Amino acid sequence: MAPSLSGDPIISLRGVTKVYGSGPTAFQALKGIDLDIAQGDFVAVMGPSGSGKSTTMNILGCLDVPSAGEFLFKGRHVEKLDRDQRALLRRRYLGFVFQGFNLLSRTTALENVELPLLYRGEDGKTRYQSGMAALDKVGLKDWWDHTPAELSGGQQQRVAIARAIVTQPDVLLADEPTGNLDSERSIEIMELLTDLNRNSGITVLMVTHEPDMAAFARTIVHFKDGLVDGIENRVKA
Amino acid sequence: MLGTTVILALRAINRHKLRSFLTTLGIIIGVAAVVTMVTLGNGATAAVREQISSLGANVLQLRPGQGFGRGGGGPRPPDFKPQDLTAIENQLTGVRAVAPMVQSSGTAIYEGSNWSTTVYGTTAAYFEVQSWKADTGRLFMPEEEEAGKPVCIIGNTVRTNLFQGNDPVGKRMRIKGVSCQVIGTLATRGQGGFGDQDDVVVMPIKFVQRRFTGDRDISQILVAVDDAYDTGTVQASLEELMRERRKVKPGAEDNFNVFDTKQISDTLTGTTTILTQIVAAVAAISLLVGGIGIMNIMLVSVTERTREIGIRLAIGAVAREVLMQFLVEAIVLSCLGGLIGLFLALIASVAIAPLMQVPFIFDIKVNLIAFLFSAAIGVVFGYFPARRAAALNPIDALRHE
Repeated sequence: MAPSLSGDPIISLRGVTKVYGSGPTAFQALKGIDLDIAQGDFVAVMGPSGSGKSTTMNILGCLDVPSAGEFLFKGRHVEKLDRDQRALLRRRYLGFVFQGFNLLSRTTALENVELPLLYRGEDGKTRYQSGMAALDKVGLKDWWDHTPAELSGGQQQRVAIARAIVTQPDVLLADEPTGNLDSERSIEIMELLTDLNRNSGITVLMVTHEPDMAAFARTIVHFKDGLVDGIENRVKA
Repeated sequence: MLGTTVILALRAINRHKLRSFLTTLGIIIGVAAVVTMVTLGNGATAAVREQISSLGANVLQLRPGQGFGRGGGGPRPPDFKPQDLTAIENQLTGVRAVAPMVQSSGTAIYEGSNWSTTVYGTTAAYFEVQSWKADTGRLFMPEEEEAGKPVCIIGNTVRTNLFQGNDPVGKRMRIKGVSCQVIGTLATRGQGGFGDQDDVVVMPIKFVQRRFTGDRDISQILVAVDDAYDTGTVQASLEELMRERRKVKPGAEDNFNVFDTKQISDTLTGTTTILTQIVAAVAAISLLVGGIGIMNIMLVSVTERTREIGIRLAIGAVAREVLMQFLVEAIVLSCLGGLIGLFLALIASVAIAPLMQVPFIFDIKVNLIAFLFSAAIGVVFGYFPARRAAALNPIDALRHE
């Protein structure tokens, strides 16, 4: 049974807007978003392109800041943090999985997974142990010395997930993680994310186009024209 | 933090071995060129110094006139007389040996071969002053000197060109149309500051005066100072003696000059040092070009690795860490290039020094400075690309194709 979602939300957006450019060419990507995400939730973000879901994900990933409004992450006002402070926040609490995997080429799976630990200043032994544990979790322990070119797409995405969870983050942000995979591989990845959400207590935020993938989530947030169009709660009683 | 960036830099270099090597090529060549030039230059300086000291340490050269080749009007100052030589031998203290010299040039002929060379007329004391030994045969006998007999001792260049592989001792050759017997050959001295020192035929001075110069004048006197005496003091008393003998009025300029070989040595080594510095400066420009090469490739590398930088930033690298990574990469590359350059310079110097007939002298200071300089180039030319990498926006960098 899924754990109950209670307590303060880990993420809160209040009246968040985002404007790109200025003057007559200015484009308002977000027109005032209010959103709460509970700790331990599995959220799928859906919507047509240009609806503001990518912009929202960039803000939630602390890669970008809102033009106006508040973004509270674990009670902290992220919109007031500078570039380096947000980098430290990402390092500490967030993990990223991308559609294009974004692994370092010519670099072994283990070295890719160890990368976030390097920035955390962990020593070699810890990096090795945690890196191997993360690879084990995604079922690629035996592939640790393979470079991305030697791995299939599904395997590459699993290495990317191992890299995202190696620091035991609070939140995992996945931007169309199955967009480049066939349906069988996609389901494997979704099962892996579901498992991480249930058993490791990681809050998962995922952008997807495919209703089949969104079906794995507990909450589905629909975006349209820079606004939240609806929130679907799929928790079965 | 620094340890992490060094690991990251080494991994990045390891991923692109060929490119890294090409990047450092400029530094490798620059460092190798500078260090080789300076090492060979130092060797050349040492060789010049050594050859001059082989002219005889503490030797004073007495010549008529002032300095080298001071032409102009006025009567030519007179040469020295045999009495001057006797006076120096008898009246000057602190003298180990005194040798008179006259010089003439001419062609030496033996069987079919002929060779244009220099004839020195002197006494056996000349070899003592110059610390020059016979290789085969013998030096002059006192009676040969006294009578001015037609005997000669030949240098190695003359021996090679006239006699090829044959033993010349005892053979008769012709010099300036006069027949003379070879009684000895001289040990090789090689190229000196004054040209080929082995291209010489040495004969008794009385013979050269009688047959070639036509008078009893002596054009140069070499005075070897006893080690126990100060060269400066002996030089001063020699000058005083000669002013008196040549009747130079008080206050008038000397009509002769005394040259200390040490002075020549200093002048020549000074010249070689300046030449070395000029060549090294030219080579240093190639180091600068090498630095620009590093900057160039690092800039390309930043563009090419934009997505990688985006990944690092998304994972939580702060701008300073990305800057440090690229900076350290540039520094590691230039330091590696410096080390390889030093190694090549070592090989090149060891190989070339014997060809140039100069000793190989390993100067740790030169190597250290060249290495630090290459590291500094890494810092200077790596900073700009590194700053560009650190300034990238993670979202744009991640989207970069």
